[in-house]
Amino acid sequence: MPIYDSVLDLIGNTPMVDASALSPNPRVRITAKLEGQNPGGSIKDRAGKYMIEEAEKDGSLKPGQVILESSSGNTGIALAMIARMRGYRFKVVLPENVSIERRQLLEVWGAEIIDSPGSEGSNGAMERAKVLAADHPDWWFPFQYGNPANVKAHYEGTGPEIWRDCPEVTHFIAGLGTAGTLMGVGQFLKDQNRAVKVIAIEPPVGEMVDGLKNIDAGFVPPNFVDNDGEHLLDGRMIVRPRESIEWTRRLTEVGIFAGIASGAVMAGAVKLIGEGRVPDGGVVVTVMSDGGWKYLSTGAWTGPIDEVVARAERIIYF
Amino acid sequence: MSVTVRLPTIMRSHAGGQSEVKAEGATIGEVVNDLVRQFPGTATHLKAPDGGVHKFVNVYLNDEDVRYLQKLDTPVKEGDQVSILPAVAGG
Repeated sequence: MPIYDSVLDLIGNTPMVDASALSPNPRVRITAKLEGQNPGGSIKDRAGKYMIEEAEKDGSLKPGQVILESSSGNTGIALAMIARMRGYRFKVVLPENVSIERRQLLEVWGAEIIDSPGSEGSNGAMERAKVLAADHPDWWFPFQYGNPANVKAHYEGTGPEIWRDCPEVTHFIAGLGTAGTLMGVGQFLKDQNRAVKVIAIEPPVGEMVDGLKNIDAGFVPPNFVDNDGEHLLDGRMIVRPRESIEWTRRLTEVGIFAGIASGAVMAGAVKLIGEGRVPDGGVVVTVMSDGGWKYLSTGAWTGPIDEVVARAERIIYF
Repeated sequence: MSVTVRLPTIMRSHAGGQSEVKAEGATIGEVVNDLVRQFPGTATHLKAPDGGVHKFVNVYLNDEDVRYLQKLDTPVKEGDQVSILPAVAGG
């Protein structure tokens, strides 16, 4: 193996493993792309790197500048790691109800954390970041939800890697957060083979977030709208906290120690296959967006399931 | 057809604080109309000026977004579960 110049060169090119042992139909394969293998620990390293590098190239991010972003954790961690290496100060607006490990990792990389009320969720953190960015035009605000470099990271990285490693793919299933992964990979795979089905998984956050005062505080990421997500996607499913935890646990049967959002994605894949909606011979590619390390404090693997589910309903894990 | 409708926190105050209510209809559109008839306060959260569902609201039939089924014309069966959720981002 080569000696890499920088940890940032280790972003992407993540391995895919067969997880067919979890498939309810022996004639349908499941593969899992392990994004927790990225150096910052999640798929968000890809978007973080692309957004920073594109902004350095076009001059919107200058040496020594302050970077501000809102995040439920993973994008913040990725940006914090890269910012530390490149000499930028990094501020992140973070909902109070993320797992303690997400907060600790941001601190590891020297991020300055600006708390936002947990009851407002990610939408509230983003609104606060927008106000701060408007007040500080000298800061660079990547705005991951509407930054084309986020989608591009997946169109040029994650998508081609999946096609290279698994051209038999018939279904692609990933979590919907900023829409970056789904739009970028979804478009790339459909450009190679129109028949590939792209399915989004999301948690029922709106049932849990009580700080949303008005429906107009709802938010559809510009990444989703600009890439015509409504037509690009073939389906969109909710996976509830209980199934997410159950499948986060089941993933360990195939040696995958992944975060709760990955459990949700696997639960969605298994449901789709179990309902006979993937024909025999199908190959379902799933994205395991991060590793399990950041969720140990939730007791996700070992605690009594009812308690863990109740805890999961109070934290943001997407 | 009677279905269960799960309401997001934001709409519960318009339905006596209930998180789940019953509604009638043969399609998602009819269920939404019956919900608004029973709980008129939900209308501003649900309906867009053109009569469709508000762009920041997602309606799910048994956890599947109806925009990818047959939208408001999606048929429902007795005992189905409809969930209404505001659009929320992650990341």
